[in-house]
Amino acid sequence: MSENPNNWPLWEVFIQSKRGLDHKHVGSLHAPDARLAIENARDVYTRRQEGNSIWVVPANAISASQPDDAEMFFDPADDKTYRHPTFYSIPEGAKYI
Amino acid sequence: MNIQPPVKVFKRKAKPRTLADQNKNMENQELEERFQEKVDAELKIEPKDWMPEKYRKTLVRQISQHAHSEVVGMLPEGNWIGRAPSLKRKAILLAKVQDEAGHGLYLYSAAETLGTTREKTVEDLLSGKAKYSSIFNYPTLTWADIGAVGWLVDGAAIMNQVMLCRTSYGPYARAMVRICKEESFHQRQGYEIMSVLSKGTPEQLEMAQDALNRWWWPSLMMFGPSDAESPNSAASMKWKIKRQSNDELRQIFIDRTVQQAEVIGLTIPDPDLKWNEEAKKYAWGTIDWTEFNNVVAGNGPCNKERLVARNKAHDEGAWVREAAMAYAAKKAKQKAA
Repeated sequence: MSENPNNWPLWEVFIQSKRGLDHKHVGSLHAPDARLAIENARDVYTRRQEGNSIWVVPANAISASQPDDAEMFFDPADDKTYRHPTFYSIPEGAKYI
Repeated sequence: MNIQPPVKVFKRKAKPRTLADQNKNMENQELEERFQEKVDAELKIEPKDWMPEKYRKTLVRQISQHAHSEVVGMLPEGNWIGRAPSLKRKAILLAKVQDEAGHGLYLYSAAETLGTTREKTVEDLLSGKAKYSSIFNYPTLTWADIGAVGWLVDGAAIMNQVMLCRTSYGPYARAMVRICKEESFHQRQGYEIMSVLSKGTPEQLEMAQDALNRWWWPSLMMFGPSDAESPNSAASMKWKIKRQSNDELRQIFIDRTVQQAEVIGLTIPDPDLKWNEEAKKYAWGTIDWTEFNNVVAGNGPCNKERLVARNKAHDEGAWVREAAMAYAAKKAKQKAA
């Protein structure tokens, strides 16, 4: 964040393109407060009906996993193939399963 | 995601042999090899990934120059908003100029993911330290120039931007995808203006031809120096920041645009332009690089005017930025009380 108190803080913008879909990160922008962040997000990210709903989050409120640790962090999911339906053999002839 | 320095990260301290620790012990060269492997495997590089310092610097320079170009690009077109020949053309031009502001903002955000601040980036533009595309240092003298800018300048920019949709840096590529979706309207509206003028009165046709004559060569210069003269290109290609060379893109642009000019009865101002049947492409004349270098050096027709206009807008907007912050602070205080 910058030293000058008149510089607007950074917000991350999430947009739901249609009812029923999830909000997706689209980018970021600077704004003095949440209300103007939403209005600016409308102007910057939805000039062609790309959105039905907007979320804005102060960038410094987001916590993230470490890319350097990613391999190890996500490793436990690797050896549990029984979590996937394809792990199981189904007798021939069984339907709808 | 644009979450740069102000982000809290959960470090896994207890583990003795994390990948992070290994990285510290690795030689820079090894890190660079791993980075290159990722790039070669077409894996996008994301903000918090390790990257060579030169890669970061190249991107910061390129993305912020690109952003500045979008922003300064509003000025020559803004020049005609108040004088557009019809309400329809005025609405279209307003929408286009608003898009350019949006494109500047997408790109400034992408630059910020590399650890630069918005403030510094804007400051570099205002002080004249940062460059922007030289094409915007040419004046828009007639309404036909708005047609020529959309058709040729946006057309040339699109060639470059379509390539950049596949650039190796994730946030830049994502911004480009968004920009490209919006950009083709820009080119088509420009071509339509030229097409309408060329079918109009002899004076209108002449005006369209004159605009083409003035914008053609500067548009070709937009692709940058020829490959042989472009020392930074090799590294950018290796890192897949760029994926096609300046000369390749320029040639495709020429081949496409000549045909479009023929359709609307305009003549490309190049006596050496000739179809090469064997190579299936146009042979064409020589770019006056002295002119290009002169404009880059700050001596184009509108360099000073553009910077004065940007500084004026920035200075005159200061009280709005300050008032908005003061209001936000007051509201936050009221809420806390």
